[in-house]
Amino acid sequence: MSFTISGTGSKVPVCVKTNDQLADLVETNDEWITSRTGIKERHLCTTESLSDILYDAAVAALDDAKTQADELDLIICATIRGDYISPSLACVIQERLKVSCPAFDVNAACTGFIYALDIAEGYFVRKKAKKVLILAAEAMSKLVDWNDRGTCVLFGDGAGAAVLSEGDDLLSIKLTGEGNTGPLFIPHVGGNCPFVAVQPARPFLSMQGQDVYKFAVSAMCRDIQDVLKEAGIAKTDVDHILPHQANIRIINAAQKRLKIPQYKYLTNIEKCGNTSAASIPLLLDEANRDGRFKKDDILLLSSFGGGFTTGACVIRWNK
Amino acid sequence: MTTFDKVVKILVDYNDCDASEIAPDTKFADLGLDSLDTVELVMNFEEEFGITIEMNEGLQTVGDVVQLIENTQA
Repeated sequence: MSFTISGTGSKVPVCVKTNDQLADLVETNDEWITSRTGIKERHLCTTESLSDILYDAAVAALDDAKTQADELDLIICATIRGDYISPSLACVIQERLKVSCPAFDVNAACTGFIYALDIAEGYFVRKKAKKVLILAAEAMSKLVDWNDRGTCVLFGDGAGAAVLSEGDDLLSIKLTGEGNTGPLFIPHVGGNCPFVAVQPARPFLSMQGQDVYKFAVSAMCRDIQDVLKEAGIAKTDVDHILPHQANIRIINAAQKRLKIPQYKYLTNIEKCGNTSAASIPLLLDEANRDGRFKKDDILLLSSFGGGFTTGACVIRWNK
Repeated sequence: MTTFDKVVKILVDYNDCDASEIAPDTKFADLGLDSLDTVELVMNFEEEFGITIEMNEGLQTVGDVVQLIENTQA
């Protein structure tokens, strides 16, 4: 007993900035950004809060699943920064949905959605839930230093959601953690305690690009092979790969090594940038709404992120 | 094949560049390779030579990589 995905939803904020528009702000250019990442534009929360777009994504997913909000037994939200440190983003959405059930956030950075799926599976196995709402949202625009041309161009804001119902369509799932702060971290807010002598660190993302790239490519290759083996599925039987949209070059490098044909990899990084945990559910909803999935299609999700964390899973599409 | 020859072969396979134009002091940047290409090449070198290479800014030229590989293997 695991689960099936009975509905998906997503939402991006209305403000879009192209590479050329960012070149007005920091010393960068379209050619540099596109050749290094594949990103052409990204969405940024300006007038909307993260809760606003996530609420819309949640409602869309519930609607797609033909599920009433009050049927939910659990809400799990993958995020590294909700609109509040407390209440959790899951609780904020729950308040807007006007329901009550356990609700909590999970911080596994960009791997958050897959971590959340794994946690949810446990609830189904224990028969503690029949309907679970998985949310994933990030406003990376609030976490990057907009004076740092090397990082501010890489990320975007977005929200995704999936309703999980009882089923047996999760064929395999794998999570990893390898604590490694140096290459990728975002310090927290410092507070103003007068007894602390040290100035708090600036709360902006810091990334060693080459280290993260190397880690990501090898993690993706390793995890994809592991979950396919665990599910007893051959590479040739995979219909769609949904990789975390951090950088098209990571996806291409993994594709060359795995030798799975390029057309099976879904991407939307050119329009969204890296939206952290929201990346995969955004892609999932887009493909669902475009009618790209057929019943019984085999989906392979693969992600990696700060922590370091990685995760991958094989899901049979059953809608 | 020497270490240098193997490194050149990997570079040629990766980038379609001309082997005769690669010397120990050739910079990766001069071969049209950016910082992410360098990482991919390092991963290819790791697989070929069965070693682990830490990414660092010291890897600018082909000679730097050959030196590092030979030091690691020693």
